[in-house]
Amino acid sequence: MEFSSLTFLAALPEFILIFFALVLVLVAAFARHSDGHIKTVRTISLVGYATGFAALFLLPQGATEIFNGMFRIDGLTVYMKGLVLLGGFFACWLVGDGWGEGIDRAEFHLLVLMAILGMLLMISANDLISLYMALELQSLPLYVVAAMRTGSLKSSEAGLKYFLLGALSSGMLLYGASMIYGFSGSTGFSEIAASLTTGDISIGMTVGMVFLLSGLAFKISAAPFHMWTPDVYEGAPTPVTALFAIVPKVASITLILSVTYNALGEMAVQWQQILIALSVISMIVGATGAIMQQNIKRMLAYSSIAHMGYALAGLASGSMQGSTSVIIYMTTYVFMGAGSFAVIMTMRRDGLPVERISDLSGLSSTHPIQAAGMMVIMFSMAGIPPLAGFFAKWYVFLAAVDAGLVPLAIIGLLTSVIGAFYYLRIIRLMYFQEANAPLDKGGERQNRLVLFASLAVILLFFFFIGPVHDHASSISGALASFS
Amino acid sequence: MFYHAIVFLPLLGAIIAGIASLSQQHNIAILASIAGVCLSLLLSCFAFVEIALGGQALTVEVARWIGSGDFQAHWTLRFDTLTAVMLIVVTGVSSCVHIYSVGYMSHDKARGRFMAYLSLFTFAMLMLVTADNLVQLFFGWEGVGVASYLLIGFWYHKESAHTAAMKAFVVNRVGDFGFALGIISIFALMGSVQFSDIFANAATYQSHVITVFGLSMPALELVSILLFIGAMGKSAQLGLHTWLPDAMEGPTPVSALIHAATMVTAGVFLVCRMSPVIEYAPLALDIITIVGALTAIFAATVGMTQFDIKRVIAYSTCSQLGYMFFAAGVSAYPAAMFHLTTHAFFKALLFLGAGSVIHALSDEQDLRNMGGIWRKVPVTYTMMWIGSLALAGFPFFAGFYSKDMILEAAYAAHSGPGILAFWLGCAAALLTAFYSWRLLILAFHGTPRASAEVMSHVHESPNVMTLPLVPLALGAIFSGWLGYEVFVGHDMAAFWGDAIFILPGHDALANAHHVPVWVKVLPIILAASGVILAVIAYIVMPSLPARIALLFAPIYQLFFNKWYFDELYDRIFVAPSVAFGQILWQRGDKGVIDYYGPDGLSGFVKRSSGMLTKLQSGYVYHYAFAMMIGVVVLLSWYFSGFGR
Repeated sequence: MEFSSLTFLAALPEFILIFFALVLVLVAAFARHSDGHIKTVRTISLVGYATGFAALFLLPQGATEIFNGMFRIDGLTVYMKGLVLLGGFFACWLVGDGWGEGIDRAEFHLLVLMAILGMLLMISANDLISLYMALELQSLPLYVVAAMRTGSLKSSEAGLKYFLLGALSSGMLLYGASMIYGFSGSTGFSEIAASLTTGDISIGMTVGMVFLLSGLAFKISAAPFHMWTPDVYEGAPTPVTALFAIVPKVASITLILSVTYNALGEMAVQWQQILIALSVISMIVGATGAIMQQNIKRMLAYSSIAHMGYALAGLASGSMQGSTSVIIYMTTYVFMGAGSFAVIMTMRRDGLPVERISDLSGLSSTHPIQAAGMMVIMFSMAGIPPLAGFFAKWYVFLAAVDAGLVPLAIIGLLTSVIGAFYYLRIIRLMYFQEANAPLDKGGERQNRLVLFASLAVILLFFFFIGPVHDHASSISGALASFS
Repeated sequence: MFYHAIVFLPLLGAIIAGIASLSQQHNIAILASIAGVCLSLLLSCFAFVEIALGGQALTVEVARWIGSGDFQAHWTLRFDTLTAVMLIVVTGVSSCVHIYSVGYMSHDKARGRFMAYLSLFTFAMLMLVTADNLVQLFFGWEGVGVASYLLIGFWYHKESAHTAAMKAFVVNRVGDFGFALGIISIFALMGSVQFSDIFANAATYQSHVITVFGLSMPALELVSILLFIGAMGKSAQLGLHTWLPDAMEGPTPVSALIHAATMVTAGVFLVCRMSPVIEYAPLALDIITIVGALTAIFAATVGMTQFDIKRVIAYSTCSQLGYMFFAAGVSAYPAAMFHLTTHAFFKALLFLGAGSVIHALSDEQDLRNMGGIWRKVPVTYTMMWIGSLALAGFPFFAGFYSKDMILEAAYAAHSGPGILAFWLGCAAALLTAFYSWRLLILAFHGTPRASAEVMSHVHESPNVMTLPLVPLALGAIFSGWLGYEVFVGHDMAAFWGDAIFILPGHDALANAHHVPVWVKVLPIILAASGVILAVIAYIVMPSLPARIALLFAPIYQLFFNKWYFDELYDRIFVAPSVAFGQILWQRGDKGVIDYYGPDGLSGFVKRSSGMLTKLQSGYVYHYAFAMMIGVVVLLSWYFSGFGR
């Protein structure tokens, strides 16, 4: 393995995060549990994300593979890393003072930083081995932070469930990876792709592909591998839920994108069917499951299942238009998630966080800004034009229709109508229902700033849809299927 | 610019007033709307001198409006004598009513909005009369319809007011439908909606035949009849008249401006405007004559028996519009326009006078609760006398010239419908005088029938309400004498120019000056006898009306119940429509569409949501099981061969 200056440069954001992780280890080791230190820790990790983000602009242009082809950067990975770092920045910034619940420990930020590092590596993974390593680097810290609220049964339960089912999915993924290795003779994506060009697709490859995609589907909580999601979203401390909702799915979707489009591009006919099945089930489960929920975090869990269904619908079309639509979808997803959690994390009564949907009633009178912001986000999630969420869905359905998947697009439209119900219900509660017991006034500054930032993107997306689409289209040209 | 300003100043006033009234700036609203309309009146006077008296018709382009294939509609203002006359009438009466409203509505919380609506109406009406093509005319036509709807329902919290507003709108729809069909058939026939094209080519289409539902009829007859149906709706002719009496639910200034002086005459204006087409449709002319004559007599009989002061005047309006139509029907369009003008003055005067009476008696409208107040409201009393004298057609008042001219023209037409119209018109003249004096006597004379408390409040209206009556009264007295020569006399041809077209041979108007003396005298005698009858019935022998009503009970009931038109329409049209709607709503919409559509879907979603929630048991092994099953299903999909 040779290390050249190019090597370091191509993986610069990762190295920066590693550096900040090491700094945090030291700080955490010597940290006394006082507010001042927690603030320092948070600031360090925020600086880490920001520096990492800035480093993205120093990366070499064009596609580069390093570490013996295990690590790949190109326009797509750089863009997705940007989204992940931005999401990580938002998620950590939202963790204000006074959360307690174990979040007030320095380890929290360290673990999140490690998870984000894992996600960056996932995005760049170009080999089944680096894929698995990165995936586990992402998952292990997340298991821990889900159970961070040690005093709470629910939190421990969430962490345990997540860990057990995550281990099961890792098993599936590894089994699938070994099948693929066995039948293609290689673990590198480009070698696998090359092996597929000659001769028929063997049944072993198909089996391996099913297992691999099932393992990855768990990570993006696509149905029927979604069942951990509501429980973990509800049980984990709210800042952790925010993290889950905003960031990891971007990395996992990118991973699916590179596995299907880069490594298994020749098997498009096979994986298309799996993705269609996952997409349809996810859209239906997400839309219908959310309706009966009383807890807003649970509801958003189902909402994210539905969102992944839509993203998979874009992926399933197997065309460049499809990958473009997924990139746009994940972009809007990050901002809608950040914005909605910025509002939820403002909701407190007598200093304690509340998370029942009915607690939102009368929000328009107690928190007019947050209520208006939430309304915009809910409209956007429901796909009402001219907000960002509308365009995201629009491109996905367009890609599906152009790929001849008309029934998929129709199911998507129907489920988004059903989905509109529970998004609009929140708006109704906020604006037309009297507050039962008013929530605390005010809110933290960073919550407002995150909300404003996401609102700006959601509202102004309309004006930048052209350039965004062009960029997404050009970077998805880097995928092996299209080169 | 000068001509544009006439039309657009009231719109500007309406917009400013509308915005000002939003923030309760009533004084600004009132000033803006009055300024707009009065300036428009001033300019209209100049325009009248230049166009009508100077004989310079012209058109002014505003913008291109609709261009679709062959269909070209330019937004152009057409100013000829017909327009100029209407400009004076509309802006003149509108100005008086605007000023009067300041006093009449002074206690209303929404008076700014009221003024805005009045100005909006004025704009729409000006749009209508200055239209250079049928589509633009239709725009103004619908505009006045909307304004009328808004103003009738101005006191929308009153149940009767908003029902009346809806009724006016719906009944007018029937007429408008005919009008729209007329416009469409003209376009289909001639390929243009431009007046200049239509008028120039009308003669060449005389022999064209259109077949409708297997029935062949001359194209121009069909077009004329359809246009007349439109005119019937707006001008409340027999059959489509039912909305007008109900429209009296609006504030009185509205009744004076819209439902007496201007909007309801739009139908007459339309018929006169389209004279170059209608002249070639003898059947349509006969229909117009007969409908007009029947309306004149029908409305007069009903007016005789009503007790609501405004309804009496409303029926009288209906009746007078009938006169105008049968004048047009015998090709005496100038006479129709002449009566339209004089009528505008004295009918607005009567309405505003009635408003003053209502105001004096603390919003009492029932004649049975009035009486004995003439000493307390001398100005109003005088004005009502002048108005009634003009309406009944007493010599040297305005109505005398115009109404006699119409009757003479009808007689001179020497046609069956003409003679019918003459005799019905004479009978209506008798009744007109009778109910006018019945109203005067019941409202002002005799013993006071209002409660003592109301009587103690009776007072003359403030100057802002009485002063606008003065110009109207002057018009009611002098407009006939002044206008006679130019409208229907020797200067007629020069005055009208090309604005009105009369086919050679249709010489009712020319012959009208040479009818036997008895034809000229008869209306005066009839009017005088009407007055005498009213005096006998309501002053000399006050018990007489009741006895007559008892003696001729069936006829009285028929008249009193407005010939059962409302009941008939209710039975024939409204009830079945409502029943049909009920079926569609209950069975069709709720029973089928909602049941299987939204409700069915939402029920399904709710059920499946419940099921999903049950699946979410919380046990890890259930979750793991689901994952395994998922993989197994996906794999077996391939192994069973479906996936390949």
